[in-house]
Amino acid sequence: MSELTRDDVAKVARLARLHLTEEELDRFTGQLAQVLDHANDLRALDLTGVAPTAHPVDLGTVVRADEVRPGLVRDAFLSAAPQPEDGRFAVPRILGEEP
Amino acid sequence: MVVGLEVHTELLTASKMFCSCANAFGAEPNTQVCPVCLGLPGSLPVLNARAVELAVAIGTALHSRVGASTFHRKNYFYPDMPKDFQISQYDRPINEGGYLDLSDGSRVGIVRAHLEEDTGKSTHLGGTGRMHDAERSLVDYNRAGVPLVEIVSEPDMRSPEQARLYVAELRAILIATGASDGRMEEGSLRVDANVSVRLPGAPLGTRCEIKNLNSLRSLQRAVAYEAERQIELILAGGQVRQETRHWDEGSGETSTMRVKEEAEDYRYFREPDLTDLVPDPAMIARIRDGLGPMPAQRRAALASLARGAVVPGDVLDAVVGAGLDGFVEAAVARDVEATVALSRAANELAGLDGPGQVRPDAFAEVLAREAAGTLSATQAKAVLAELVRGGGEVAEIVERRGFAPMNADDLSGTVSQAVAEHPDEWARYRAGEDKLAQFFVGVVMKATRGRANGQQVLAELESRR
Amino acid sequence: MNALEIAARVRSGERSAVSVTEEALTAIAARNGELNVFVHVEGESALERAAAVDAAVAAGRDPGILAGVPVGLKDNLCQTGVPTTCGSRILSGWRPPYTATAVERLLAAGAVPVGKTNMDEFAMGSSTETSAYGPTRNPLNPTRVPGGSSGGSAAAVAAGMVPVALGSDTGGSIRQPAALCGLVGIKPTYGLVSRYGLVAFASSLDQIGPLARSVADAAASLEAIAGHDPRDSTSLPGPAPALIAHLDQGVAGRRIGIVRELVEGADPEVVAAVAGAAEVLAAAGATLSEVSIPELRLGLSAYYLIAPAEASSNLARYDGVRFGLRVAGSDITEMYVATRTAGFGAEVKRRIMLGTYALSAGYYDAYYGQALKVRTVMIEAFERAYASADLLLGATAPSEAFALGAKVSDPMAMYLSDVFTIPTNLSGHAAISVPFGSGASGLPLGVQLLGPARSEERLVAAAAVVEAGRGVPGA
Repeated sequence: MSELTRDDVAKVARLARLHLTEEELDRFTGQLAQVLDHANDLRALDLTGVAPTAHPVDLGTVVRADEVRPGLVRDAFLSAAPQPEDGRFAVPRILGEEP
Repeated sequence: MVVGLEVHTELLTASKMFCSCANAFGAEPNTQVCPVCLGLPGSLPVLNARAVELAVAIGTALHSRVGASTFHRKNYFYPDMPKDFQISQYDRPINEGGYLDLSDGSRVGIVRAHLEEDTGKSTHLGGTGRMHDAERSLVDYNRAGVPLVEIVSEPDMRSPEQARLYVAELRAILIATGASDGRMEEGSLRVDANVSVRLPGAPLGTRCEIKNLNSLRSLQRAVAYEAERQIELILAGGQVRQETRHWDEGSGETSTMRVKEEAEDYRYFREPDLTDLVPDPAMIARIRDGLGPMPAQRRAALASLARGAVVPGDVLDAVVGAGLDGFVEAAVARDVEATVALSRAANELAGLDGPGQVRPDAFAEVLAREAAGTLSATQAKAVLAELVRGGGEVAEIVERRGFAPMNADDLSGTVSQAVAEHPDEWARYRAGEDKLAQFFVGVVMKATRGRANGQQVLAELESRR
Repeated sequence: MNALEIAARVRSGERSAVSVTEEALTAIAARNGELNVFVHVEGESALERAAAVDAAVAAGRDPGILAGVPVGLKDNLCQTGVPTTCGSRILSGWRPPYTATAVERLLAAGAVPVGKTNMDEFAMGSSTETSAYGPTRNPLNPTRVPGGSSGGSAAAVAAGMVPVALGSDTGGSIRQPAALCGLVGIKPTYGLVSRYGLVAFASSLDQIGPLARSVADAAASLEAIAGHDPRDSTSLPGPAPALIAHLDQGVAGRRIGIVRELVEGADPEVVAAVAGAAEVLAAAGATLSEVSIPELRLGLSAYYLIAPAEASSNLARYDGVRFGLRVAGSDITEMYVATRTAGFGAEVKRRIMLGTYALSAGYYDAYYGQALKVRTVMIEAFERAYASADLLLGATAPSEAFALGAKVSDPMAMYLSDVFTIPTNLSGHAAISVPFGSGASGLPLGVQLLGPARSEERLVAAAAVVEAGRGVPGA
């Protein structure tokens, strides 16, 4: 069995900026534990020395030339924003500092 | 006291790190943005080749190992960060290790110098204007995606002065490599200081990170204040908490911004939208060969021109910082004293915000005339100031400003007139009252509105005595 | 009528693109209420574009290989000014200010996008039931699902509304609905089609591809959208492969391995279909053999760690600040939580949570890190198999289309419907699903041909052989 607890799920929900009801916490804990149990076949493998693959293809270094191209006209995205103000995006007050 | 510094520098590229928007300061809000740097759904990053070259230049100048690296995502929610993750480098940075030699003879180790993208900027409205009691904030993403290199030092510094020297030297190097404009006040160079204290020989104490250091002066004051605060806390039986502190330049104090209760969980993982970054060895070699001497070497070279005469360190810093080495060399080549050339370059050119329109040969010409006595020090400075502002020919400026030396007949006539108008003083002078020579120089100067050369007037007086 | 026939007639002036588009819009109007295929129909601009195609033909210019062909776009593909919701409430009303490369290329080939097709929310699902805009029904039997997540694109083609639609395939989301709706679906080699403008689910797995009624139409559509794009760093170099030119190349001399792990556990009818397709390929001159690649059994577990991990990061940007839904909160964190809690459905939340957990401190090595190593193991296993086989053959899905609601409350059962398609996404290789045989209820089945990276030319040639052999007795 996976060691996933209800507290783990609550902590992950906070990290992911999601609110779960008590009922959802119970249900998600069970469902996520089921998926993680299925993943135990992976955890059981000894893959010491195997290199991880984060990319299916190895293309080498990919860069572009340092050239300026016109971006978007502000109205094209700001007018549809949830709360445009004074050419910018308004958000409610920020309590935490930037890391 | 133990100090380690994290310096973020914006890179002097034309476009942003992962998109083709302009990398420029001061535009109207949200006018230098595109789907990529706004983090719109479906957009993808493509790495700027020039940002890589500048990062390699920085690493090379800091004696780092420059090598294969990868990009990671650093995940955290923050409105300045359009994708709610920052593309940065994690376990394989482009530059690892290295060192920086300070002008006090000490060496500071470099942990790493890695590439990452900058965030947008928020303006806080309502309340006092500080973030926490603002009613709301407005976000501008023009700066989002501007390329940064973060340079992390070892905790090798032991005084506020060393911290200042380190940043001053690093800043000079960043400017010399062309990677940065080094403007701390505009935020293109940003410094965070990690400060801790301990008894000599004891293990490292708990450190605090200080933010909002916008100048070398702030850095030095903040580090001194913070170390003192920690020492007093410990002497009073307290314990230093690991936290982030904010420097207030006005009050001269640091204050708690955020306590690190639990380690941040950034869930770093490889950025799947970018490939590995493996700098081409030929490119690394080309950049290394093209770098030229670093500021420490250049200061030594300039000092050696003075052949033993003492040159103040801040004069050398100013000349190297403004890239005026060639001006000084041009003047010395025309037999101008190196100390004068350095001082004029530091005070008259660097002091006026860089060489402006003046060329090295014009600078040398002015100083050569000063050395030959055909221009006074005051006149030479005036000519230099005009050259800095608008360029032009030295001879033309000297003539127009009336600084050209008077011809011998005119000078002789003026001296004769002065003698005739002041017979008593002339008699006393001839009788041996030497100090009256200055009186006659003054009279001649007044009559010629400063055009006469003092040395020539003295010579004329002596010949008539 | 299929896409290439339409294009031929439009290019020759025999038919007008406007009349073709009108027909498509009529077909959509007739059944969209019942099937819920299109979440947005772009009628006016489609007719304008069709008129431009006709004008080009009248002026003697060639509008391209898909001239006048109406196409459906999965609702995770951006087109300037056209609503793009990804089947999610959180993007309701969002109109992207730019167009995806694949869509630009379709337009350049003369195609006429007629609207956006329904999908599982953020492509997370295998039945098109997790869409915030309601489930799509299978046109062949409306009590059944069309598969997913590109179920709207599959249903649009299967219902005869459009001859071709684009989908995206992260773990089988093109091939599985193609199989369940009796269509051809291609998951191209990773990087063959630019992802620029495809709203990301799992960046290292996502690929755009076509769904069509014939191999030729699918091949032509892929040829139109493939090829290097400098806006996608993971885009393969080089031009699009010449797929149409390889359609009738056949399989004579090809070595094809029937993969035990890509058949085991499937319904008997599915097993029979794979055997039947193998016979057709053998009859056409291919050498068939049975192979076993046990490592493929690890695919599902690795996928359900890697895909959610990438998704948890990709979906962070839906935060109510710059676009889409915002639900008010008294401070920024409250606003984030309120917006995301209201904006995402249960399946998306489940996967975000799973991915966040798999990446979090203390669990990274055990879950995400281990899954990346398994990915290496699987790629190496595929490479060994391709050393002795040109192509591989297996089932696309374990069963025919299942009933609406049958799996929606059991995530693990739903995840298992991708078990045969996932390995190709993890390896980045190419695969195609071709209709062959039928299930117990008479609904179509699909068989899957797999090939190494950039094997699309070989794959469409083999798929064309299977397609031609569909009606052969015993199949």
